[in-house]
Amino acid sequence: MTDAAMDTAAIRRNYLAMARQKQTYGGILLLVFVLLMASGFMLAEQRNAGGFLEGIHQFFDFPAEVVSEAARHAANLPGLFIKFLPSLLETINIAAVSTLIGGLIAIMLSLLSTRGLALWPRLIPLFRRSMDGMRAIPEIVIALVLIFILGGGPVPAMIAIAFHTAGALGKLFSEVNENADLKPVEGLASVGATWGQRMWLGVVPQVAPNWLSYALLRFEINVRASAILGFVGSGGIGYDLKTALQWGQGRYDEVIAIFILLFITIVIFDQTSSHYRNRLVKGA
Amino acid sequence: MTVATDIADARRTETLAAFGRKRLVKMAVPVAILLYLVYIAFAFDIAGLAARARGDNVKVLLSDFVSYKTHVTRDNRSGAVTVAVEGEAKGAWPAGRLPEWISVEGDATRIDLGRGHSVVYEGPNARYLHPQYGEIAVNPTEDGIKVNLPSEPAPDWINASDTRVTVTTGQGRFSFTRNRTETFRYEYGWELFFFTLDSPFSGKGPGELLALSLWGERIDPARPNIAYMVSEFWTNKMWRHGDVMWAMFETVLMAFLGTMGAALVALPLAFLAASNFAPSRAIRFAMRRLFDFVRGVDGLIWTIILSRAFGPGPLTGSLAILLTDTGSFGKMFSEALENVDNKQIEGVQSTGANALQQARFGVMPQVIPVFLSQVLYYFESNTRSATVIGAIVGGGIGLLLTQAIITQKDWEEVSYYIVLIVLMVMAMDTLSGWARGKLIGRQA
Repeated sequence: MTDAAMDTAAIRRNYLAMARQKQTYGGILLLVFVLLMASGFMLAEQRNAGGFLEGIHQFFDFPAEVVSEAARHAANLPGLFIKFLPSLLETINIAAVSTLIGGLIAIMLSLLSTRGLALWPRLIPLFRRSMDGMRAIPEIVIALVLIFILGGGPVPAMIAIAFHTAGALGKLFSEVNENADLKPVEGLASVGATWGQRMWLGVVPQVAPNWLSYALLRFEINVRASAILGFVGSGGIGYDLKTALQWGQGRYDEVIAIFILLFITIVIFDQTSSHYRNRLVKGA
Repeated sequence: MTVATDIADARRTETLAAFGRKRLVKMAVPVAILLYLVYIAFAFDIAGLAARARGDNVKVLLSDFVSYKTHVTRDNRSGAVTVAVEGEAKGAWPAGRLPEWISVEGDATRIDLGRGHSVVYEGPNARYLHPQYGEIAVNPTEDGIKVNLPSEPAPDWINASDTRVTVTTGQGRFSFTRNRTETFRYEYGWELFFFTLDSPFSGKGPGELLALSLWGERIDPARPNIAYMVSEFWTNKMWRHGDVMWAMFETVLMAFLGTMGAALVALPLAFLAASNFAPSRAIRFAMRRLFDFVRGVDGLIWTIILSRAFGPGPLTGSLAILLTDTGSFGKMFSEALENVDNKQIEGVQSTGANALQQARFGVMPQVIPVFLSQVLYYFESNTRSATVIGAIVGGGIGLLLTQAIITQKDWEEVSYYIVLIVLMVMAMDTLSGWARGKLIGRQA
């Protein structure tokens, strides 16, 4: 009995020591994290033009100024909504086309880089690395270079977003493909179907709902991206926002109109896409 | 029996109709996509694109990516000859040391352009020696610039008038005006990437540099050669490696502070927004709408508002990321919290734990892996966003990149930044994948 008691005592000691050690490590990790955050914010504040504490009072100044001016010209707003509708449509179109084209490229890339489905199994690493590369290049880089070559307008933004989308969706699609059942593919192969037929008839029906769900999510992201790219100089409502802001006072009713349009658009696409994604994934 | 065949027939037509519908839908999707693309082709004016595209810009871009030019300029008023990379003062060759393809004898400067092409400045006159065409002599006179060609008419690569003569060949470019005579010589590579010409280390091979750094005599007696070398590289005036690295660090810093800050802010708020933890329905509703609002306003608008308040810089960028992601994290965290298993919480509750302890020991262990993986994923994707936000708020590598692109001539710097950004994003990708594996265990 004393043996058993000693055993329990030993186990207890052991357990407590381990728990304490774990706590210490957790504490150290937390401390390091807090220090990193604090020093990071201090550094960022040092290198910023205005400090955090001076700025925080002004945080509402600009929105207040904009809103009060817009309130005085509230009657203009409906007209401005109509005025900016074409550029909003352009922004949405950029997002839609780039999701579409990027998605189609992603389908090809993902099929070519999934084990068991690839047309040339030896080239799988090549396609995977190229998708990594496409994902890694931020859209703004491609957009700015293309603006230099193609001039302004929606096309540079479209190509830039499509390029990035192809890489990002390609990776997600190939993860979906990996879970596809290979039996239909084998069955089709046994009756002499070509690679294209095997993919189209054997794989696509299995994975299409998941592909579509990811593509919808991407579309949502791309609407935001296309607004931002407009701001750095290539078409759409972002560009109008930039011009209105540069004009400054006197055009704040336009700024607020664009803000509202953007907000509504993003919320609508957010809600619709999450609704349809839920339906697609849970199986209708 | 007829009834049976009738039923079979009805089934048949039904199935065929279903097939037909399916086929129609299958056809309709590609047709719809095609129609949409046609509409876009008109809306985006793809046809006019070819006219607007500037082929010469492509040439400038590609040649600048892989090569650079050295300007050999003679000021025709003072007679002084300067040799400078890209014609910039910070790339000027020191007077006593010239590249081997230039030789100076008294008043004559001879520039070898390779493949038999050469240019000679002789006093106020200049000659371009073309191996096939012959000698193009240019002399300034009282009534304009006179050109002597070996054969008339002048080929289209020579452009001559009374005030300006230019010769453009595959080997280089030569121009003559009353004020100055200038020759461009193109060479492959990124100029002066390691050391500028005023540095004592410029023009030395790797072996020589290694020898200098390890056992060579000290160039600057105050410090070892290797330290001198690193500082010369770091402060390189052409490429500003030090500043570029700072900008990269700033970009990662923005992403880090924004993501982690957002996660910290969103964590308590998510409890208020989760149906199984919210103290009241009203609070839950308010929290959800707050998350939707913050997400809906979007990073772009937050960035604009914040840069008005805080001015340009990395803090503004961090706060913009923080605000936008608070919405996303709040939504995702509260969804994860709604899916926790209640048994574990009840177990902790049965030991007499209060609400905070229940959250710490009953809930957190269940949701931490999900949260961490989402946070790490966002951290990685925010490194990319921080580049764009940096371009708008004026901080980090995004700012350098847009500045370099706006000048429209330093494309080699643009390509340098692009390479660095891609490497940074890939490194973050690997790092976050590794951290995810370490923290929450490998999940296929």
